[in-house]
Amino acid sequence: MEHSIAIELKGITKRFGQTVANRNVDLDVRRGEILAILGENGSGKTTLMNMIAGIYYPDEGKIFFNGKEVIIRSPHDAFEHKIGMIHQHFKLVDLFTAAENVILGVHEKGGYDLKSVNERVSQIAQKYGFHIDPKKKIYDMSVSEKQTVEIIKVLYRGADILILDEPTAVLTPKESDQLFDVLQRMKEDGKSIILITHKMNEVLAVSDRVAVLRKGEHVATVNTKETNQSELTELMVGKKISLNIERTMPIETKKRLIVKGLKVSNIDGRKVLDDVSFHANGGEILGIAGIAGSGQRELLEAISGLQKIDEGEITFINPKKNKPVTFFHKSLQTVKDLAAQNAFHTESGHPVSFEGMPSKQIKKWVEAGEILFNEDEIINLRDKTPLQIRELGVRLSFVPEDRLGMGLVGSMGIADNMMLRSYRKGKAGFLDRRRPRQLADEIIKRLQVSTPGSSTPVRRLSGGNVQKVLVGREIAFSPKVFMAAYPVRGLDINSSYTIYELLNQQKKNGVAVIFVGEDLDVLLELCDRIMVINSGKISGVVDARNATKEQLGMMMTKSTEDHAKEMV
Amino acid sequence: MNVWLNFLVDSLAFGATFIYGSTGEIITEKSGHLNLGIPGIMCMGGAGGCYMLNLIGQSNIHPALIVLFGICASFTAAALMGLIYGFLTITMRANQNVTGLALTTFGAGLMKVIMSKLDATVYLVGPRMMFRWPFAHRQDALQTLGVMFFLAIVLAIGASWVLYRTKVGLQLRAVGENPATADAVGINVTKYKYVATSVGAGIAGLGGFYYIIDYMASQEAYLSLESLGWLSIALVIFVLWRPHMTIIGSTVFGFLFSCSSYIANIEGITVTMAAKPLLKMLPYVVTIIVLIISSIRNKRENQPPASLGLPYFREER
Amino acid sequence: MKNKSSSPKEPLVHLTKRMDISPLCALGVRVLAFLFGMIICGLVAFLLIERLNDNPERIGEFYQCFIKGPFSTRRKLWKFLKNSAVLLCIALALAPAFRMRFWNTGAEGQTLVGVLGAIAVNFYLGGKIPEWQLLVLMLFASLLCGAIWAIIPAVFKAKWGTNETLFTLMMNYVATYLVSYFLVVWVPNGSSSLGKLSHGKLPSFYHDYLLIILIVLGLTILLHIYLTHSKHGYEISVVGESENTARYVGINVNRVIIRTMLLSGLLCGLAGYLIGAGLDQSITPNSVGGQGFTAIMVAWMAKFNPFAMVITSSLISALGQGAEQISQDFNVSGAFPDVIIGIVLFFIIASEFFINYEIHFHKRHNMAKEVLKG
Repeated sequence: MEHSIAIELKGITKRFGQTVANRNVDLDVRRGEILAILGENGSGKTTLMNMIAGIYYPDEGKIFFNGKEVIIRSPHDAFEHKIGMIHQHFKLVDLFTAAENVILGVHEKGGYDLKSVNERVSQIAQKYGFHIDPKKKIYDMSVSEKQTVEIIKVLYRGADILILDEPTAVLTPKESDQLFDVLQRMKEDGKSIILITHKMNEVLAVSDRVAVLRKGEHVATVNTKETNQSELTELMVGKKISLNIERTMPIETKKRLIVKGLKVSNIDGRKVLDDVSFHANGGEILGIAGIAGSGQRELLEAISGLQKIDEGEITFINPKKNKPVTFFHKSLQTVKDLAAQNAFHTESGHPVSFEGMPSKQIKKWVEAGEILFNEDEIINLRDKTPLQIRELGVRLSFVPEDRLGMGLVGSMGIADNMMLRSYRKGKAGFLDRRRPRQLADEIIKRLQVSTPGSSTPVRRLSGGNVQKVLVGREIAFSPKVFMAAYPVRGLDINSSYTIYELLNQQKKNGVAVIFVGEDLDVLLELCDRIMVINSGKISGVVDARNATKEQLGMMMTKSTEDHAKEMV
Repeated sequence: MNVWLNFLVDSLAFGATFIYGSTGEIITEKSGHLNLGIPGIMCMGGAGGCYMLNLIGQSNIHPALIVLFGICASFTAAALMGLIYGFLTITMRANQNVTGLALTTFGAGLMKVIMSKLDATVYLVGPRMMFRWPFAHRQDALQTLGVMFFLAIVLAIGASWVLYRTKVGLQLRAVGENPATADAVGINVTKYKYVATSVGAGIAGLGGFYYIIDYMASQEAYLSLESLGWLSIALVIFVLWRPHMTIIGSTVFGFLFSCSSYIANIEGITVTMAAKPLLKMLPYVVTIIVLIISSIRNKRENQPPASLGLPYFREER
Repeated sequence: MKNKSSSPKEPLVHLTKRMDISPLCALGVRVLAFLFGMIICGLVAFLLIERLNDNPERIGEFYQCFIKGPFSTRRKLWKFLKNSAVLLCIALALAPAFRMRFWNTGAEGQTLVGVLGAIAVNFYLGGKIPEWQLLVLMLFASLLCGAIWAIIPAVFKAKWGTNETLFTLMMNYVATYLVSYFLVVWVPNGSSSLGKLSHGKLPSFYHDYLLIILIVLGLTILLHIYLTHSKHGYEISVVGESENTARYVGINVNRVIIRTMLLSGLLCGLAGYLIGAGLDQSITPNSVGGQGFTAIMVAWMAKFNPFAMVITSSLISALGQGAEQISQDFNVSGAFPDVIIGIVLFFIIASEFFINYEIHFHKRHNMAKEVLKG
């Protein structure tokens, strides 16, 4: 073999508390090759690479560098063995120029000469075909430029083995292609490249070999030339495992939430949602599958009024047909206006007209519940704040991904957290703690939350119990739409099943449930329909009862262009 | 003409107090630590130096050595205060504002206790002329400028040079901007923070010493020292965290502060007594305006160091 | 080369954030820190006080001063209660802002302009209108001035994110010189000292200080209710904990910032009124005397809990008064109390570390094992 082995891992195991992130992994990396590490979210790819880069230290196993056993305890040790890793979250000082960031922490002989550093950075860039201005400040840079700085930082320290963690997650297709050209050139230069990814097209296009990880274990390493997409997908997702999650057939589904042509950009101005259109029905669970960071969070936040929307519409259909009008969310004037538009009828079916009628009389009728809607109410949710959405009478529950940083207040007890949504109720300036406390006790009892009491800060509860509190609160609010982002992440089996059960109950109550998940087995058994999101675009909606894991895996990982081609 | 020259030189000389204080505070803040203990530190710098002079002021040691010992003692006393601050905020991760305020209470109090025990005829009367070297015997405006004035200028320019032209400075600024990044590339964050808070405090302390022994050269001077410490913190904002600019900034501050006593002597300008406090208020008002404008313009280079006031704990992601 | 890279770099001590500590344990740590601080104070006193150094047996007397100073006579006791009350009032004013993580370092100035407002009204209207009207007008002026001083930085913080610590700090000195300015205007003879005004004094029941003490105690209870039982107080806690959560539940963060600083300013204004109308009937640039800064530490030590502030403010003023007694009895500088307070504060500040963090010591043999394995 002309390609000698650069690094070899033998029997690497890493545990975090009870969970095993990597189990008995053997792996070798050769000189002058691009090795792709493929796996689903949480399959242990990043953890494994972090052990080579000196971020973590393995519990068991050995690492060999050029055939000699080495101990890597810090990024500094890794650099001594010419290993450098480019993390997903860039570690750069925004205020500094590219060159200044590159030399931070580098021990060099000779004085501090920024000019020569600038030159050397330019040289490295030229050698591998990067485009970078060493004097440009990081805060002026695009994401891809920042990534380039990270790569140069590693090269400047003389790295021969480069680990890139999901490098294309933040790049446009064109930028990705440029990056791959650079990687190719580095490979020709004799460097080893390890590419952590879950994008199938990238794997097939640039890698020489693919190592597949599943649930922390090394499943197989194959030569890219001798494999194909479906084989890799199967290796990656594995055989379907039956979970026995209860699922009922949806009854009388009705459109509840309609999203049309939604476009959202993040702070950097990069598109995170591109032309997203779908609808969620009452009485069913709509699953959202996708690689983490494909736009799921932004989608849910846009619906709940926490994201700025560039384009598109979000419409909520309030199932009010033949239901009485109330003053709960409407003023007398709105009721009058609606009546003028012929929106109401009486119990006996006659149309309602309030013309010339005194307000007192109208109030009396409405309060008696005698005025009914003709049709469902259609409410536009675009550009509304969460508070405005609630004031419009849209009961929208949202269990965010960041439970303690967004959904709950960690330092408050369960009872006080119950109030987050409802504390404004009532005209008095003081809090009504009686009802939240009752609700807290109810949730503790019903969902079996293990806590010393309803005033214990939720920060001190275990992950499963925190989630029960959050989901319990959002359900107590009797929603019409219930959205949950990764509601079972980090939960033990029992708590997970409690959550599934709660979601099913909501479905039976006619709620439109939107479930963002990462475990395909769960999505396939729990949901009625599954929508797959891929780099901010919808790659399709499938019937969960007939879909297969491979099918979803393909939809999640295929590049959107390939997909578009197939559709044509 | 002479009045104006005196006025300028006096502003410069007065301003040197702030050059020390602000340069020290800038070095501290660049490591991500807002040290509100600067007034107390300057007090202790003054007390430390005077204490040393009280020991050796009338001995036969060469005047240059007396000056040197005074400066060293002042620096050491203030740096020790910085070390207390550093220990509490870096190792013990205490709230920086509260620690700083406690340090000011302690330093200002301790200085007054110490100074009340010293003999002004020993620490002041003899040594004060030594500090005026090399212009001690001139009769013109230059007479008020001495060794420590020039030391202030050198330190301010030197601090700028270190911060913006050396690797150490670059890494220090990285620590103050983003300690997690600095840590990841192998910079010893704790070491940088300790050195910056101690050296910064030491330099600031020299300001107190200079004010007592040189600029004011009076035994009552220490009573007004604390308020100058706060002005030094204002100056840091005024010059947007650039040490060399303190030379100009402090002159402006010195000008505004001392012009009330000169202004009445200048022909053609009549100022009521009431204008005095308003002139003294100006440095703070201008500082506030600078702070507001820089936050509205939101230019990245003019902002306080990004991690200012936040303790760094590696395990906290 | 190889040896160097494989040498273990694990630090000996490992820290983790403590999730929880029992209140009793936390109190124990603080009491212990306080006692340590007092011991150090004794040692420092040996260095600073010649009379103690010459007669070490007087150390008992030294510590007795801390009781004698604030509690030995009726007059001293009243003075202690008054000092604690004023300090507590300013600390109470800071509590809402600090709970929101708005670092208001400007209590000194906000209180001083409160005094200024009251005295200005008193100066111009004293004797011209009935006394009760004068007192009411003085109150309004105090509240208004305090509120203005607090709301300016709040608006800039809310709109442009202007650093509030530095802004409020600078506002203190603007206030100081504003007072000097008015003194020059009011007292043109050059002495710049305004004597005690003959009008605008709060009525006295039983004792001159009683009313003030009762007002502040009432305020403590009211503020406790506001912070823990009102919707506003709830919003303050949510914003302080996480702005993201606040947004998620639809709280207008900017409005909460401005409203809370308004309250903070009003309460500082009230503290100024108590000083101006209740105690001094006069003003100097030093009328607040650094209590605005001390109050920051009082509030912080009490973790912004109004009832705990009653204890911390009493502790600080007792320490101060005790140390004053030492200054008298042992003939040291009047600045000695600051030294004592500073030292005790250092220890209490340091004790927070043991409450917030858990310290794990690595066992040597574990490390050795790992090296062998590697």
